[in-house]
Amino acid sequence: MKKYIWLLTTNLFISAFTFGGGYIVVPMVRQFFVIKKQCFTEEDLINMAAVAQSTPGAIAINLSALAGYKVAGIAGALISCFAAVIPPLVILTFVSAFYKVFVSNAYITAILKGMEAGVAALMVDLIIDMCSMILKKRSIFLTAMVPLAFIANFVLGINVAVILFVCCMLCILQVFYKKRKEK
Amino acid sequence: MNTIWELLCTFLRIGLLSIGGGYAIIPLIQEQVVEQTGWISEKMFTDIITISQMTPGPLAVNTSTFVGLQIGGIAGAIAATVGCILCGMIISLTLYHFFQTHEKSMYVLEVLNGLKSASLGLIISAAFTILLLALFGGNGPETDFSTMNATALAVFLGMLVLLRKWKMHPIMVMLISGSLGLVFYL
Repeated sequence: MKKYIWLLTTNLFISAFTFGGGYIVVPMVRQFFVIKKQCFTEEDLINMAAVAQSTPGAIAINLSALAGYKVAGIAGALISCFAAVIPPLVILTFVSAFYKVFVSNAYITAILKGMEAGVAALMVDLIIDMCSMILKKRSIFLTAMVPLAFIANFVLGINVAVILFVCCMLCILQVFYKKRKEK
Repeated sequence: MNTIWELLCTFLRIGLLSIGGGYAIIPLIQEQVVEQTGWISEKMFTDIITISQMTPGPLAVNTSTFVGLQIGGIAGAIAATVGCILCGMIISLTLYHFFQTHEKSMYVLEVLNGLKSASLGLIISAAFTILLLALFGGNGPETDFSTMNATALAVFLGMLVLLRKWKMHPIMVMLISGSLGLVFYL
């Protein structure tokens, strides 16, 4: 029971601070689930993040569901998702009543502009740790995949689904080739 | 009741088709709720995106909640949100379970490793987008680099040092950078 309440409050908290896109949830989950409670390892987190990203839907919600599942099974996943959608639901119901005032409010705009830089810092911090983890695997193939995916998405603007599909195919081909060489 | 059902179905479809999250989903939602069904006007949709970015929570969830609210009240908001997250949740749990139970297979292991690398590349891409937005107010590779925002750069570097050296809590980072925004940009 305590586990469920912890999941509920933690996910409510994380969701209420999800500004600047769903990726911010990755460092948040790391802080609460990996560093503080040690429910799972950093490696598990990266596995979950990869799955959350490779499947349809919001990355933040998928990741919350996976973290909840890891801690308390299907019930944990459901509680986490429930908690993750409550803050947006409540806040938007409130805001939608007078959203014209909200959008033009100078205080809110200033806070959000400041938070942009904070979100960028959080993501760069996470990326540094994730990169060092992939470099540790000492695989040229896996290391090269990082800049390739970045260029394909950021510079060339290729659809994420296409990038992930090509990535899977390359991995399968690589294993197939290795196995044939061994024979 | 009919509207609620339609909202649920439409957002189930949106949830199922939206791989990559965030900004990638916007055109898809627009196509469904503005062009196909005519539930919402173009102008209204732009407002909805702005608000979704200004309030906490994932963009896709915020947008579906808001669209649902406009069309079907609270029940509509719940139907749209559930529709939007249901497929993703089921598919990611299934996929994760599959990866865990087939850990021994070389193919499965290598595909997961590949996806990890690719998704890191995509996270870097998202970080770049938000960094450009914070520092130059621009978007994508066409950013005008002459208009550097020195305050934003200082806040960014300051926060990064706090994170790297003192392992500052992410929520503290959000609170401090938000307060600094209030001090510098008001």
